[in-house]
Amino acid sequence: MAAILRGLNKAAHLVRDILSPEKVKRVPTRDGYGEGLVQAGAEDGRVVALCADLSESTRTLGFKKAFPERFVQLGVSEQSLASIAAGMALAGKIPFIASYACFSPGRNWEQIRTTIALNQANVKIAGAHAGVSVGPDGATHQMTEDIALMRVMPNMRVEVPCDFVETKKATMAIAKQQGPSYLRFAREKTPMFTTPKTPFRIGRAEVFRFGDDAAIIGAGPLIYQALVAAEILSREHGVETRVINAHSIKPLDEKTIVAAAKETGAIVTIEEAQAAGGLGGAVSELLGATLPVPIERMGMQDRFGESGEPNELMEAFGLSAPFVVKAVLRAIARKYGESVAAEPGYVTEAKARLADIQKAKIKEALARTPKKWN
Amino acid sequence: MPLHLHDKETMRLEELSFQIREDIIDMLVEAGSGHSAGPLGMADIFTALYFHVLAHDPKKPDWPDRDRLILSNGHICPVRYVAMAHAGYFPKSWLMTLRKLGSALQGHPERLKLPGVETTSGPLGSGSSQAAGLAYVGLMDHAPWRVYCVMSDGELQAGQTWEAMLFAARNKLHNCTFIIDRNNIQIDGTTDEVMPLEPLAAKFEAFGMNVETCAGNDIRDFVAAIARAQAVTEKPTVILAETIPGYGVDFMEYDYAWHGIPPKTGDESRLALEQLRTLGGRIKSEHQ
Repeated sequence: MAAILRGLNKAAHLVRDILSPEKVKRVPTRDGYGEGLVQAGAEDGRVVALCADLSESTRTLGFKKAFPERFVQLGVSEQSLASIAAGMALAGKIPFIASYACFSPGRNWEQIRTTIALNQANVKIAGAHAGVSVGPDGATHQMTEDIALMRVMPNMRVEVPCDFVETKKATMAIAKQQGPSYLRFAREKTPMFTTPKTPFRIGRAEVFRFGDDAAIIGAGPLIYQALVAAEILSREHGVETRVINAHSIKPLDEKTIVAAAKETGAIVTIEEAQAAGGLGGAVSELLGATLPVPIERMGMQDRFGESGEPNELMEAFGLSAPFVVKAVLRAIARKYGESVAAEPGYVTEAKARLADIQKAKIKEALARTPKKWN
Repeated sequence: MPLHLHDKETMRLEELSFQIREDIIDMLVEAGSGHSAGPLGMADIFTALYFHVLAHDPKKPDWPDRDRLILSNGHICPVRYVAMAHAGYFPKSWLMTLRKLGSALQGHPERLKLPGVETTSGPLGSGSSQAAGLAYVGLMDHAPWRVYCVMSDGELQAGQTWEAMLFAARNKLHNCTFIIDRNNIQIDGTTDEVMPLEPLAAKFEAFGMNVETCAGNDIRDFVAAIARAQAVTEKPTVILAETIPGYGVDFMEYDYAWHGIPPKTGDESRLALEQLRTLGGRIKSEHQ
């Protein structure tokens, strides 16, 4: 076995100075979908893009401009979106369907199940604006159940890339792969910390940071928070944390995850989605059946989101680096058999933080009430 | 292929449709579950489709230039299975396996289990969208084939149907024909009691469709409606095929209770078969 190095994995080719905010560009993952889609369209004439009245915000617009004859506008009809795409796939096309994740697969899950998955239709489902970071739009538009919904479906693959670069790679990769896939991405600008040289293969997780005290297994832009947390843990607690980018939630890289459980004995999962049923669920199911170790599942703790600024929400729902630090320390404490609170500190403290921010924001807003309103 | 039907050909197809009905009864009795009314009511249309209208090759179900027949109301698959068996897609003996473990003939049709069924269906309302997707690609690729989509009247209550109609009309999918089994029944009662659909023709016209009506148990009338649909080049066509549910077996006809059940073994199925073999008592047969 190769020697374990401390710190970042050089072979992951992450951006240099990854932890200095001024050096890391912030770009939305949805832009990666847009660029990847155009490239996939250029490489294969069978690729078509369908959209349900959201071509700009899902970044399907670039494809429409490049290949107008292969762009199909559906209007606000997500159920039909899934089934029309299935029909087009049966006639030999490679349809990409994009909408907000709350509508597709949120609204059209059964159509995806029957006409795409059971039918083995070669349709790619792009769920945009996923997670709570969509912000002010509120809970209706903050899709947090999609990973669980899609992961449970036979014949379906699930990809949750971590930044712009990886989303572009994932988009092109699923275009080349026969069969249905779900690709999840977000609206908000998030750190672009991987590079074109960062290894990417569907079904394989990448170790971004080495460490043997605990492992964080994550998917999506929150991987960046995990890397920040790992640095804090190393500097302030002398704890070395492995960080694993499990962008393929299905098929899951079981080998890498079981090895992490074996070598660290303490696991934290993190995703901008329900902590139940998604990546956390997948990892728990796998380790429960192979190598049970303490697992802390970070994500939405069985609650919906609400309106707010993305950065406030990430903090209010316990999804920023300081909370990840707490989760890792708790997993390690459990590994050594120490007693811990019934409700994890990262959950309790996030609740308190939510209440504080709510109070402050409302007070601030009310203070600006026009005098004429009396 | 000219669609005009000569008398001799019409008689041949009518006779075949009654053989198909008999086989439907036999297979449903063997399966012990399944739908009776829809398949019997649609036997004439499926006979006309498979033996006169469709461009297809049972030996080459993947033939790229075949017409695509989408069955949206998957629950009436027994009639499709029997028609396919008669056409030579698979041995007739397979009909005995309907709904059994390991069968290619699933309770609701599955594309991956039975080549030739084109798509997987059952949950109502999504066939029209799939047909529209196929037809869209047909026009996009200047393909010679046409798309036919058989739908029930009850499933028109599903909103997705109307999403598909908007799309089909907007894209002028004239290579697509939606055939609606207007038999006026659904599981819980008549469509009028459960959720009224009329004025149906006006609704489809308002959605931009060319609407044709025909007697769905009259093969010649149905084929004439198909010919009219093929002549329209600026709109998709909806054929409202007025059918008699359970057609050919008097105690099943018009009765919504027969929507989702098979005849029982014994007297019930014997009586049904006897009626079908004698064309409802209109002819004497060697079986008597």
